[in-house]
Amino acid sequence: MAAPRDGRLEAAVLRIDPEAESSRIAAWMREAVRDTFRRRGLVIALSGGVDSSVCAMLAVRALGAGRVFGLMMPERDSSPESRIRAEEVARRLGIESTVEDIAPALEALGCYARRDEAIRRLVPEYGDGWRSKIAIAGGREGTFNYFKLVVRSPAGEDRELRMPLAEYLGVVAATNFKQRVRKTLEYYHADRLNYAVVGTPNRLEYDQGFFVKNGDGAADLKPIAHLYKTQVYSLARHLGVPDEICEAAPTTDTYSLQQGQDEFYFALRYDRMDLALWAFNHGLPADGAADALGISLREAEFVYADIAAKRRATRYLHAAPLMVEPVALP
Amino acid sequence: MGDVIAEVRSFLRDNFMLDDAEIRDEDSFMAGHVLDSTGFIELITFVEERFGVEVADDEMLPENFDSLRNIAGYVERKRGAAAA
Repeated sequence: MAAPRDGRLEAAVLRIDPEAESSRIAAWMREAVRDTFRRRGLVIALSGGVDSSVCAMLAVRALGAGRVFGLMMPERDSSPESRIRAEEVARRLGIESTVEDIAPALEALGCYARRDEAIRRLVPEYGDGWRSKIAIAGGREGTFNYFKLVVRSPAGEDRELRMPLAEYLGVVAATNFKQRVRKTLEYYHADRLNYAVVGTPNRLEYDQGFFVKNGDGAADLKPIAHLYKTQVYSLARHLGVPDEICEAAPTTDTYSLQQGQDEFYFALRYDRMDLALWAFNHGLPADGAADALGISLREAEFVYADIAAKRRATRYLHAAPLMVEPVALP
Repeated sequence: MGDVIAEVRSFLRDNFMLDDAEIRDEDSFMAGHVLDSTGFIELITFVEERFGVEVADDEMLPENFDSLRNIAGYVERKRGAAAA
């Protein structure tokens, strides 16, 4: 859609025809599986969130329920509601699915121990009964982006500390085992069934690099990576994704304290972040976006700068392995 | 001020594999895409440890850290405030 003529931003720019878009994506998925990959179906990890639910519904529309396999992969820090919601999606779609508890694999890899060891360098008493998460800071206020560790003691007392780089990288590296173990299982089932794997990022996540390289970033096809999150919700309602999924705030479901996606990574809540990204992509000046985003011109400029900075910083995540020179394939 | 600039330049050269031509006193690290957010955290950690200053969250600003000259000015102000 073109930029509004008066240079002002409004939510209508993200409106889509959900039926036409669902049909277009489903036809594309069918062609990708049948003609490009020559596989027999699709594996999809169901997180209980809106993105994977929509992808599952599109997969069934593309290939039929008999060619879609759903996976629920909870671990120690997953919320029980996520699994209930994911199971409801699988049940509603009538697809075959299974639960793979990945906690023992993560335990064996030292995911929890390595993460807790990094946290204990900042909070020595951190241990059983404590919970934690990471929150982003900066970006919108004009300061550099940095991360805070939030811990809650067994007594319910919260503490927040700025993370030095080594501890931040240590916690993230350990936590990334979760996405990579899940992807390993998705490909196990895909190989077993001769299926391809669906990746479920929306446009915000894809554009801004909100994924783990070779973890949730790995997939054979990404059917909603061109859609803003607002548009994914539009498809969700149209396709009959359960209300409790459409109404839940997006979370990472990765840390033991509940963590909103905006809190972890994005400068604004998803609906306003969508608009900011759309405006940025369409060359709308920051002053044309600020009102619609409900922020000052200065903050809008910071959000724009943050979008560009995240693109640059996450180029590595998108990059395929580099080669000295191209090698032509037969 | 010159000492701070020389030491930070040396850190940038060693840590980020930069050439001297990429780190002139006035050049903006952000505008030149020399440092990303991770790079700034590394830089700020170095400044805290090397010069013994504590950088508050709201001081992690371009005007304090986006060039060698800005860093030198910031360290000087912090030292001045500590001595006062």
